[in-house]
Amino acid sequence: MKILVCVKRVLDPQVKARVKADESGVDLANAKMTMNPFCENALEEALRLREAGIGEEIIVASVGGGKTEETLRHGLAMGADRAIQVVTEETLEPLAIAKVLKQVAEQEGVGLVLAGKQAIDDDSNQTAQMLSALLGWSQATYCSEIKIDGDKATVIREVDAGLETIEVKMPAVMSADLRLNEPRYVKLPDVMKAKRKPMDKIELDSLGLDTANRLTTLKVEEPEGRAAGVIVNSVSELVEKLRNEAKVI
Amino acid sequence: MANLVIVEHDNNEVAAATLHAVTAAQQIGGDIDLLVAGENCGAVAEAAAKIAGVSSVKVADDAKFGHHLAENLATLIVEVAAGYSHVLASATTFGKNVMPHASALLDKAQISEIVEVKSADTFVRPIYAGNALATVQSSDSIKMITVRTIKFEAAAAEGGSASVEAISGGTDTGLSSWVSQAVSDNDQVDLTSAKIVVSGGRGMQSGDNFSMLHSVAEKLGAAVGASRAAVDSGFVPNELQVGQTGKVIAPDLYIAVGISGAIQHLAGMKESKVIVAINNDSEAPIFQVADYGLVADLFEAVPQLDAAL
Repeated sequence: MKILVCVKRVLDPQVKARVKADESGVDLANAKMTMNPFCENALEEALRLREAGIGEEIIVASVGGGKTEETLRHGLAMGADRAIQVVTEETLEPLAIAKVLKQVAEQEGVGLVLAGKQAIDDDSNQTAQMLSALLGWSQATYCSEIKIDGDKATVIREVDAGLETIEVKMPAVMSADLRLNEPRYVKLPDVMKAKRKPMDKIELDSLGLDTANRLTTLKVEEPEGRAAGVIVNSVSELVEKLRNEAKVI
Repeated sequence: MANLVIVEHDNNEVAAATLHAVTAAQQIGGDIDLLVAGENCGAVAEAAAKIAGVSSVKVADDAKFGHHLAENLATLIVEVAAGYSHVLASATTFGKNVMPHASALLDKAQISEIVEVKSADTFVRPIYAGNALATVQSSDSIKMITVRTIKFEAAAAEGGSASVEAISGGTDTGLSSWVSQAVSDNDQVDLTSAKIVVSGGRGMQSGDNFSMLHSVAEKLGAAVGASRAAVDSGFVPNELQVGQTGKVIAPDLYIAVGISGAIQHLAGMKESKVIVAINNDSEAPIFQVADYGLVADLFEAVPQLDAAL
């Protein structure tokens, strides 16, 4: 079974986002970028499926501009076999990304798509679900355990109430939660090897898809900050303030 | 304008989160109808009809909707959505799971986790773990929306008298089937609606040590929460996670114990009215958002707090 892993290049999660002075967006100039953490979980799972003899070829795909290649190279260094970059300088919305990935999944004849449950930049949490709908495949979101057995898979999902187990028919689109696995560290020889792995580039325009944005961002601003608090010196002072000043207990 | 709110429920009760989505629909304006899809969910429909401000409740009572599997439920939403300008659901794992699936079938964008309604087509939503707020305008004929519950008051659960209409429709896609749900401890206060939350982080060092927090929580009528680090370390189950990719909560009082305060954790609790941080590291970022900070060893401070309550 071929596995497609969808990955996104995002601002490093350790870096605090800074809004541009003209409120047009978040300032990413010279910012440290990385593979979205949930996408790393998705890729790690694909690698483990291959190691378990279930996956064969693993393809990492991403939609984006010039430096998206770096993120795909990281995926190759982690162990993916080859990469596909759908090239555009536009910032596409999840629906458009899902349309692109549908085409890639069908052209490549994959039997499983793995994605992160959410990108930590726009926090949309949509692409995997949309891709499942467009492909007409089973959907398993927020996975913390995946067991594939022939033409079906048993998945444990992290939901608000706890853990839900569902069974899905293959092919399927699955989105990874953080506790699905611990992504492996990339070693230097793997980085070198990744440079020689195949990287296909497809111009977005050549796909002939309607990827027009439906949302216009009018403004991006910083939220109101919290007023500075006080340091108390003892538990008794804390309890006194919670009772008499904040009046919350 | 006409709003359709997808009701979240367990076939017995309307989830509290839905009441917040109804309020967002009220702010958009126009009629509000509710869609209840489930199996043997008559009690949910009756309760939904009493929610203030609702015109009608459509009920699809069918085994294929019994466990709210996204593929089946989305086909029904698509059929019902045709008559509406706005379709809303709460931004819970229920709404987040099914709404994008339905949106893609409709070829509409989804506007995730709105925190403010500016007008019928313009909404504010947090991005970058809440470190920025984006105001977005939608050009779609049907606005597909999930609602961040903490930013909208709950609509009154009583006082309405909506009509209830049974509907059929939707497809049994046969793609997924429900197997089981791990039962969580129902004796505890619900994290998302609690007035007070006591949360523990990596500093708790073990799951056993969370009993200290449970003891404090019991005295305060509080829920217990956790940082991602505590969940990843296996101290507590995933449903206790507060943060960017866990639960986003805004209690009156949030007590963070042994939590350093990563950006991702702050995203889930910084809207709390009063924040207390107890941590032995005075440089921990949690102190930058805390109204009251106590730099102390939690293993001394928490038992003292317990004794003082």
